[in-house]
Amino acid sequence: MCAASSSVAGRDGSLGVLDAEEIRRALSRIAHEILERTRGGEQVILLGIPTRGVPLAQRLAALIAEFEGRKVPCGSLDVTMHRDDLRLHPARALHRTELPPDGVDGKTVVLVDDVLYSGRTVRAALDALNDLGRPRSVQLAVLVDRGHRELPIRADYVGKNLPTSQREVVHVQLTEVDGRDGVMISEEEGQS
Amino acid sequence: MKRHLISAADLSRADAVLILDTAEELAALADRPIKKLPTLRGRTVVNLFYEDSTRTRISFEAAAKRLSADVINFSAKGSSVAKGESLKDTALTLEAMGADAVVIRHGASGAAHRLASWVHGSVLNAGDGTHEHPTQALLDAFTIRRRLRGDGTPGARGAGLDGLRVTIVGDVLHSRVARSNVLLLSTLGAEVTLAAPPTLLPLAVGSWPCAVSYDLDAELPKSDVVMMLRVQQERMGAAYFPSVREYSRRYGLDAARMARLPEHAIVMHPGPMNRGVEIAADVADSVRSTIVEQVANGVTTRMAVLYLLLGGMEFPEVAQ
Repeated sequence: MCAASSSVAGRDGSLGVLDAEEIRRALSRIAHEILERTRGGEQVILLGIPTRGVPLAQRLAALIAEFEGRKVPCGSLDVTMHRDDLRLHPARALHRTELPPDGVDGKTVVLVDDVLYSGRTVRAALDALNDLGRPRSVQLAVLVDRGHRELPIRADYVGKNLPTSQREVVHVQLTEVDGRDGVMISEEEGQS
Repeated sequence: MKRHLISAADLSRADAVLILDTAEELAALADRPIKKLPTLRGRTVVNLFYEDSTRTRISFEAAAKRLSADVINFSAKGSSVAKGESLKDTALTLEAMGADAVVIRHGASGAAHRLASWVHGSVLNAGDGTHEHPTQALLDAFTIRRRLRGDGTPGARGAGLDGLRVTIVGDVLHSRVARSNVLLLSTLGAEVTLAAPPTLLPLAVGSWPCAVSYDLDAELPKSDVVMMLRVQQERMGAAYFPSVREYSRRYGLDAARMARLPEHAIVMHPGPMNRGVEIAADVADSVRSTIVEQVANGVTTRMAVLYLLLGGMEFPEVAQ
């Protein structure tokens, strides 16, 4: 991966927080931490929450394979049908839920998402997971924790703690989805 | 998406593809240990059936229950309809009981459209007379896309049915399935041909977005999909063809006719079948037949429709 610097102000006044190289380092550290805390990735499944959690989970799986030579199963978990804010928006399109063939029973599931904010997405993910089986434990890895939790949820692995105000918006861009890597923060009135 | 699903013509291509994509994601639910989602918890779906139906009613009921909605089944037999209650009064009663959606099957064309102006919830047309049956068309489109466009892999997501040739055979005149399919499949880019005796085609068929042929044998070699329609003897007052045997000879699909189809072609039937009339038993049971698959896909597709109509925020009230 090239070290394209994005720590400059974007055209819309947004401020670069992490560039491609920094995202790569943060993910390497998370991959090492996962290995450390799960005795070398034993019985671990990485489940990305769409959209951007899925490529992050795949990158973590690739890094774990690189560091430890272990192939960790990787999948995706769509939480749309379990969200608590469905009635506040027009019906959303669904994303794919794809589990490894062995399922989640008895495994250590690491949920992977890009931004941890209110914690409501993670709550929905825990509910969705509940219908799919009974993991031995569930952990949470996020690229950015921006605070302002509304539920008693915390991340086990954090790429970057980013203190924000609720008026700010955090944009995560990943090559697989957006064509480039970067995390930006911008001020947007009326958005949360 | 509109608030109601009355006609396949209400669906834009984007709406139809969204429904098929949603159904594609929901299809995986059938393989899970818990085949239920909490999405429509606390919402009520009423099945209002004035005509006999097995698969459509059960399919809607299963779909609503898998999304955790409460389901109230109403069939005209054994209800106040037998005492002379009008559709409007029945509708207002259901409305007062707090129905969020009404699934209606009725013998009169236009009943669903009429009902939509009386109730606040969403109205889903499950067949009105000889007019339309849009969810059947959606499940047929879903079945075609799964079989002929990427076999349920993520590649089919977002895809239409462009370039596929669909031949709809038989009693088009009395078929609400045919009308809805012609409208929906052409919206999705398929080329539809109706093959039927002239007496079983509606007068206005010239204005439909499809071709018409009186010769089934000529259409078979160039069809990707053959959809057989039921000969609806209960709706036929007069004689539309000389004899069932003659109809079967000219428009029935038997093994010899099936052999004329291209190798990848599929055979569909909305059910219930008249085995030996429009479709031979060995054709109905062959691997090319999607008849059982269509039933399974019916639940999935109706879940997608219910989710998209009821799962999000309420549709804005439209002035009537």
